[in-house]
Amino acid sequence: MTSGEARLAPRAGVLPGFGLALGFTVLYLSLIVLLPLAALLIKASSLSWREMLATVSGPRALAAFRLSFGASAMGATINAALGSVVAWVLARYRFPGKRAFDALIDLPFALPTAVAGIALTAVYAPTGWAGSHLARLGVQVAFTPIGVVVALTFVGLPFVVRTVEPVLAKLDPQLEEAAAVLGAGRLHTLRRVVFPAVLPALSTGFALAFARALGEYGSIVFISGNLPLRTEIIPVLIVDRLEQYDYAGATAIAAVMLVASFGVLVVVNVLQGRMSRRGGAV
Amino acid sequence: MRWLLVGVAFTFVALLVVAPLAAVFAQAFGHGLAAYWRAVQSADTLGAIELTLLIAVIAVPLNLAFGLAASWLIAKYDFPGRSVLLSLIDLPFSVSPVIAGLLFVLLFGSQGLLGGFVARHGLHVIFALPGMVLATTFVTFPLVAREVLPLMQSLGSEEEEAALTLGASGPRLFFRVTLPKIRWGLVNGVILCNARAMGEFGAVTVVSGLIRGKTITMPLQIEILYNDYDFVGAFAVATLLTLLALVTLAVKRIVEGRQPGAS
Repeated sequence: MTSGEARLAPRAGVLPGFGLALGFTVLYLSLIVLLPLAALLIKASSLSWREMLATVSGPRALAAFRLSFGASAMGATINAALGSVVAWVLARYRFPGKRAFDALIDLPFALPTAVAGIALTAVYAPTGWAGSHLARLGVQVAFTPIGVVVALTFVGLPFVVRTVEPVLAKLDPQLEEAAAVLGAGRLHTLRRVVFPAVLPALSTGFALAFARALGEYGSIVFISGNLPLRTEIIPVLIVDRLEQYDYAGATAIAAVMLVASFGVLVVVNVLQGRMSRRGGAV
Repeated sequence: MRWLLVGVAFTFVALLVVAPLAAVFAQAFGHGLAAYWRAVQSADTLGAIELTLLIAVIAVPLNLAFGLAASWLIAKYDFPGRSVLLSLIDLPFSVSPVIAGLLFVLLFGSQGLLGGFVARHGLHVIFALPGMVLATTFVTFPLVAREVLPLMQSLGSEEEEAALTLGASGPRLFFRVTLPKIRWGLVNGVILCNARAMGEFGAVTVVSGLIRGKTITMPLQIEILYNDYDFVGAFAVATLLTLLALVTLAVKRIVEGRQPGAS
């Protein structure tokens, strides 16, 4: 449509109900989303830079940031690696119990976080089924950062599997067959043909798992023990500040966390844009 | 080679998903059926169940209405700001539930933006039901829209436009043409929204103030019982929510069978 042409239909569309839908949607979003966000922005801007910096750079806050981002990245990485295996197995093979296996993948998505939290603790505590075996090997999971990583891996599992699996399933087998005909070994084919095709989906899955893990609260609070400077994640620190009525501190940490997570998402989006432009179709 | 991969996948999922799932039921029934029933029927737990259901009954229909309105808006029309709207709908997924709760404390709390207004009118928003409903609504509002919108987009508007030329009014068009088309995606969205709303923990923790008997939902009750070392009690409540999750997943599967386009 050139800019010189007048639009034949002055409204946004042909079907009725535009005004009503727009009005309701905007009202709802304003009340539920924009107004609360404005409250955060206003509160955050009322703090002095010095105050904010002091709160956010204290040892406890720094430890929490390190743990939250580090454990989330670790969990997302484990999911990227092992989740890909799961996706491969689901997309390519048939085996007994596949339907139940497939259904279980979605469980972390539907299960309330508090339930996941106590369940994971029950399994990985020193008295638990897996925890007792690991304790004999000298590995402690509960009340350590390892436990946090385990819980975050649980939370992010469906994100990688469900984004990678459809791509693997739709991958044209002719590509791999052509590579084999041309003399490529299986590993070579995987590395040069399959992996690049799956990479965009894999990075999307990683980003989603990472973002989810970053904000996670309920699954972590039980297994981590919430020890300050050791196993305390950012959301727990925010709740702690609120319980002390330190609204300024809580806001400062929350604002930094939001900016950091948005930043990460933007970086990931840019990387994905670059990858799909460069890689594209094989 | 394939069995090695299947083995790795199985082990991974067994350690991460099957073990915790089994643990919920093992712990809940570990001291016998009688102890389980006692735990489920305790006054505090029944109160928590009631409150959880109440919040869901308010939040889910609200989000359903929003989901339908927003999906209709984005799928059927083109207007400036459409992509901004789309991004806003995805917003709760990038915000930690704790921060979501904090947002409402900063809005309606005593030191909050509208704190003075709330106090002057004797309203109780945070540390009371309205705040918990708002926080739950915030966290779950994208879920219906995200199921319905792609469906509306992929199914197109031809039937609606045809109905329009045949003289159908707006509401008639919506209820007789659109709604039947998207009904399975809608079901999906509603049950996911419900499961998430009933299971919400972080946002509600912040907003509820944990006032015994008044602002304790099922997830919060789980935490209280657990911290009191009442493990049978905590896991008993957990079994109820776990059953809800399993039913949600089962319905999701059935819906996907009925309408391949859904989700």
